[in-house]
Amino acid sequence: MAAQGRHGGRKSNKMTALVVDDNIVNRAIHLRLLDNLSIENEAVGNGKEAVDIHCSGKTFDLILMDMDMPIMNGIEATRKLREMGIRSMIAGVSTRSMEQDVREFIEAGLDDYQEKPLTMSKLISIIHKINGNG
Amino acid sequence: MEVGQMQRRLVDYTKTLFMEGFLDAQFLQLQQLQDENNPDFVVEVVSLFFDDSEKLLNNLSMALDQPNVDFKKVDAHVHQLKGSSSSIGAQRVKNACIAFRNFCEEQNIDATLRCLQQVKHEYYLVKNKLETLLRLEQQIVAAGGSIPMIDMGF
Repeated sequence: MAAQGRHGGRKSNKMTALVVDDNIVNRAIHLRLLDNLSIENEAVGNGKEAVDIHCSGKTFDLILMDMDMPIMNGIEATRKLREMGIRSMIAGVSTRSMEQDVREFIEAGLDDYQEKPLTMSKLISIIHKINGNG
Repeated sequence: MEVGQMQRRLVDYTKTLFMEGFLDAQFLQLQQLQDENNPDFVVEVVSLFFDDSEKLLNNLSMALDQPNVDFKKVDAHVHQLKGSSSSIGAQRVKNACIAFRNFCEEQNIDATLRCLQQVKHEYYLVKNKLETLLRLEQQIVAAGGSIPMIDMGF
């Protein structure tokens, strides 16, 4: 997968994560999963908001990126973040299972991909990849 | 009714919902995310699902009522509903959405109208079941009991 690596530079030792998903139910669940792992978190509703929050100077250890979103989808957002030099772990989280769709998403710059619905064990598997790269 | 009886009733009711296909393992994931720090998590997420679904079903009705149906828009709404229902474990709603999306791709107006009815039917069924389940849980908590974790062997 493209663009391996972790972002550093935060002051506290707590891991931080950004949930990027246009679905309110998914956002609530993903945030709760992150809370349970004591990961500081925020959520935005589409890829453009994910890019904007990084333009404002914020960075995250982990980005959980949905694929199908209005305004800017996950593929475009991932590509844009990588062009901006963002090295955070970006994990694609989507209902898509077609190899071609997933491949395009991965090639945009993902470090990992998990099929929805996201469960605790899938999230832990993503976190292990961060720790493995640290 | 004493707490033990209420708890057994809840367990039996929940198992029935799984056996009848209304809920799948993802609902158990939600229950496992609920704890003493977040005692209302399941109620909150299920309420979000209800609000979101009813908004989407309204949008779908309007979108399919147009003289020239925008199937891309219809598909986007169904995709959202499929995502929500999958995330809370509403299996029959999710499956109805999958069929719906297939007919959106074919741009088959008659079939998509039938699918809308089917999705609405499944949604209102699971809404009724979930409201009953959550009411049983509330009764147990109000009586001083705890909500039993259900092992479905997943």
